[in-house]
Order: sequence, then C-alpha cells, then structure tokens
Amino acid sequence: MSRKKNWDQDTYYRGVPMAPYDLIKELVAALLIIGLVSLGLAFALSSPDVPSVTIQSWSTADPIDFVTTATAELAGTSDTAGYGPPYTDVSGVAQAIGPFAPQDFFGDPLHLDTAHEFVLGPLSTVSGSNDTLTSALATFQAATSDQQQAWLTAYTSALDSATAQNGQVTVPAGDYGPVTALMASELAIAQSGSLDGILLTSPRFYQTNYTAPLLFMGDGGYLASLADQQHLLGTQWGMMNETGSYPGQTWLWLFTMWYQVPPFDTADNADLLVVVLMGFLTLVLALVPFIPILRDIPRWIPIHRLIWRRSALAGRADSE
Amino acid sequence: MESPATYVHFWFVVISVPNLLIIGGMVVLFVIALLAPFPRHKAVDTPLAPATPDVTGSLPDPAAEQAVDDGNWTRGTRNAITRRWPWHQLLPDKQPRYVASWVYMFGVGAIAALVWIIISGMILVFFGPTWWHVSNTGKFVNSIHFWSVQLFFAFTVIHLWGQFFMAGWRHGRALTWIVGVGIFSISIGAAFTGYLSQQNLDAQWIALNGKDAINGTGLGAFFNILDYGQMFGIHVMLLPLGVISLLVVHILLIRLRGIAVPIGWPGRFKRNGQEEREA
Repeated sequence: MSRKKNWDQDTYYRGVPMAPYDLIKELVAALLIIGLVSLGLAFALSSPDVPSVTIQSWSTADPIDFVTTATAELAGTSDTAGYGPPYTDVSGVAQAIGPFAPQDFFGDPLHLDTAHEFVLGPLSTVSGSNDTLTSALATFQAATSDQQQAWLTAYTSALDSATAQNGQVTVPAGDYGPVTALMASELAIAQSGSLDGILLTSPRFYQTNYTAPLLFMGDGGYLASLADQQHLLGTQWGMMNETGSYPGQTWLWLFTMWYQVPPFDTADNADLLVVVLMGFLTLVLALVPFIPILRDIPRWIPIHRLIWRRSALAGRADSE
Repeated sequence: MESPATYVHFWFVVISVPNLLIIGGMVVLFVIALLAPFPRHKAVDTPLAPATPDVTGSLPDPAAEQAVDDGNWTRGTRNAITRRWPWHQLLPDKQPRYVASWVYMFGVGAIAALVWIIISGMILVFFGPTWWHVSNTGKFVNSIHFWSVQLFFAFTVIHLWGQFFMAGWRHGRALTWIVGVGIFSISIGAAFTGYLSQQNLDAQWIALNGKDAINGTGLGAFFNILDYGQMFGIHVMLLPLGVISLLVVHILLIRLRGIAVPIGWPGRFKRNGQEEREA
C-alpha cells in the first residue's frame, strides 16, 4: 500500500497551503504570449536562407578548385575516396577507441567509386557525338593503371600553376594524356548545370538522396570557404552557428566545445571520442537524481532560496 | 503478379479482376459476418450493473481497485488510469502556494512554443519543402517556425536549470526528470534534422560537417544525413512523434506526483516506508 501513497497527491499535499489556479487559462495565456513573440520576431527579423551551392555555381565561381577536386576524385585521392565506411571500402581508416571501431561494423552500404560516379560515368553519359571526349575516355580506360596514375599525378602537380580565364582552366604544357580533355569536358558539363543532374541520377525517376553531389562538393575547397565566411567551420564552433547574424543551434555548445580543446582538437578519432563522451554526459544528466554529490548541488548552491523566497516562508509559517 | 491484369467490361463499367476479387471478397466477408453464429457470452445471464463500479468520478473508488483483478484488461486499464489521474488532479484548479515564481513558467512556455512549432511546421509541410524559399508568405511561416524553435530551446533549458536548482526529482519524481532529459535529447535530434532539411547553404554544410560524427559511431550506414529524403521524413514525422509522446508522459507524471515541495520544507514524506525529513 505504500506505493499507492506515492501516487496519492492529496496525501503529498496534506498540510500544504493551496492557492486558486487555472491551468487552462495559464496555457491559453502562454500560447497567446509565445505566439505573439514568435510572430513579432518573425515579422521583425525574418529567418536565415543563404542559397545553396550547386556544382554549377561552384565550377563557375572557382573552376580551378573544381578541376582540382575532380582530378582527385578520378585519381582516387580525394577525402571521399579514402574515407572508408560507409562510403568506400578502405580498411584501417575508421575512427576507433582501442579495438572498438563501430564505423567498421556495417561495411560500406553507401558505396561510392569516386572515379566512376563523379567523373567517368557522367562523361560517358554526355559523350554522345563528342568525338574528342569519346576518344579521351577510350584512351584513359584502355591505359594501364600505372599510366593513368602517371598522367593524373602530373596533371595534379600542374594544377598548382593553373590559371583560369573566361571560366576555362589552363595548365602548363606536359604529358597528361587524355586527362586534359577529360577535365575540360567535366568542367564544361559542370558549368552547364548538367553535372548537378547527372550526380543525382539513379535508375529511379524520383530523387531525394544528395549524398554523391554533397560529398563531391565537400571534397573541394569552395563550399568550405563559404562556410568559413559564415563562421560555420568546425574549428570556429561552427556547429552551433547560423548563417548571417541569426542565432544557431546554441544547444550544441558543449558538443562543439570538445572539438576545440585537447585531446579532442588534435585526435584522429575526435568524432568518436566526442560522441561517446556526450552520450555518457547525457546519461549522467538523466541520472542526476541518483548520483550523490551531483544531486546535492542544489542544496549547496541555494538558488532555491531565491525561487521560494516568499512561498517557503509562507509554508513554514503555516506549519508552525 | 507483374503481368497486366485481365479487365471485365460490363455496360459502361471497366474493372480489373484483382479489384473485383477485393470487392467480391468484402461482400462475402460481410455476408458471412451477418449469417455466422456468434459464440455465447460467458455470463450473459448475470446482470452487470452492480458489479461494475463507476470509476469515472473524480475520486478513487475502493470498489474499482477490487475490480482490477477480475481479468478484464479494459476495466483493469481504466481503473488503473482513473486511480492515478482523477480529473481534479489532471486539470487542477488549485496548486500549492509555494508555486509562486516565474521560474515555474518556463515549462508551460516551452509547451506553448512547441505548439507554435507544430502549427507552423504543419503549414510548411503542407505546401512542401520548396515553398518557403520562393514565397514571402512561406518565408514568414518559416520564420515563425525558426523563432518558435529558438524560444522552445531557450525555455526548455531554463526549465531544466530551474528544476535542477529546485531538485525537482525529489520524492519519487526521478522518472519525470529522466523523461524530461529524454525530451530534450530527442528535440536536439528533431532540430538537427530540421536544419538538414532547410535546402540551403546552412543545410549543405551541416550535413557535410556533421556526417563524421554520425559515421564515427557506425550509425551512418543507416542514418545518412546527406540523404535529404530520409532527413525530411524523420524531421516531420518520427522525431516530432517522439517529442510529443514523451511530453505527454512528462505531463502525466507531473499531474500524478504533483509539484515537489521546497527544499527544507518540514518533512512528512514517506519513502520506502520511512519518514523523510527535508532539512
């Protein structure tokens, strides 16, 4: 029967001085006031909406960055190509704590072959009656792997001295095989907007998955530079920031903070460490009622005296 | 099943055989239900009225307690609910005098903000995810959504601070606290997927920046934050359902236990059969 006592609010409140209260009126008032505040803020301050970047806008604004990224995708040296699960089948790169490497648990169900999906596939799709492109593709694919890498390495080095004029990228003369032609075509379809569509194309008509184009853009420096301007980078506490002067996800402050301090700021497995730590801290927060010291803090820091400064006295007076 | 169906033409009606089978089956089922004999009720001859106490009144009925064990799940559930949440407790018209601080207002403020999030969110989802980028009205509704979310989190966190410093988990209220932390956690996920669903630069960057944390845990294999369709569905359906469900539990627990007395209140509270003093 003692359990039943716990449910019984009347028993709990016995001897407690009560006051009239109108729950529904309070709720309606709160709804109206919060509604007016939201409406007022929306009217006065609007909301953030910096337009998204497309492959077209990226390749037009920074063609050298685009071609450099596309070359890395073709060479298999981009961040995505070497990412490991869940995108690529690369072993030994998953974040781990000792032998615990959950990133490896489920393989690469979102598998991406960057050379084919970002470069060779789209170029084949548009090659059609373009003899130069068809020939370049055939030459590249017929070459040995060593030959391909030699062309790509040379072209990648040459890109350091590349210049852009009228949206075209020019590199110093060298032996790049068909890579120059491939990249000229890749840049052309990117600037025309075709590549945005091709990267979303799947055997189905409806498209909602932006994994491929987002990873491609993420491998470049252009999107990151825009994020940098908006103070969104991880090193800028970016996870809790928003574009423009709007407040962001301030509630992610602790999550974001760990990335700025040792040992997380330099750790290769920082993401896993931070997620595990935040999971643990969330559990601690949930279990505060059962954790000595933590649950005693409210008694030691008597902020409750401010909260109950009038009512506690009233209660005491009543009970005396 | 993949080959084209056979169609029946009758006067102006054209109907496929599969559709005809479904409709015919429904008619047959209805006729069987009309004609088939129904099993007899066990106690059909015993009048029910005196044995079924009315437990819908405002106070717990001792007779209702006894009725729980008669094997009727529905009556048992009804009695358990009525015993724990009598109407005067569910919709109270009085409360302890110590509930006299603005600090107590942030919980209801968070609920009010959530209501505005849901209203504006329903309008946004009705018109589709592109609408607010191309319509001034849409932008305004999105702004209400945005600022309601900011208010919701502000009030939720202040509510958490207040409950912490009032040690609101005392006297059997630990579960209320735990559910509250659960609401806060799911809300963070709901907001995160909302930011991913914005279809703008912010959404693109958050997806790219945030993927490493998700992938590091292995969850990236199932929870792909670069998949807009997946994030949008989770944002508008699953996580709001989680927040609302837990919020209902949170409120019911508050209505069940009442509001904890101030720290230092003269003690008379029973826990494990022992008097507990507040000092």
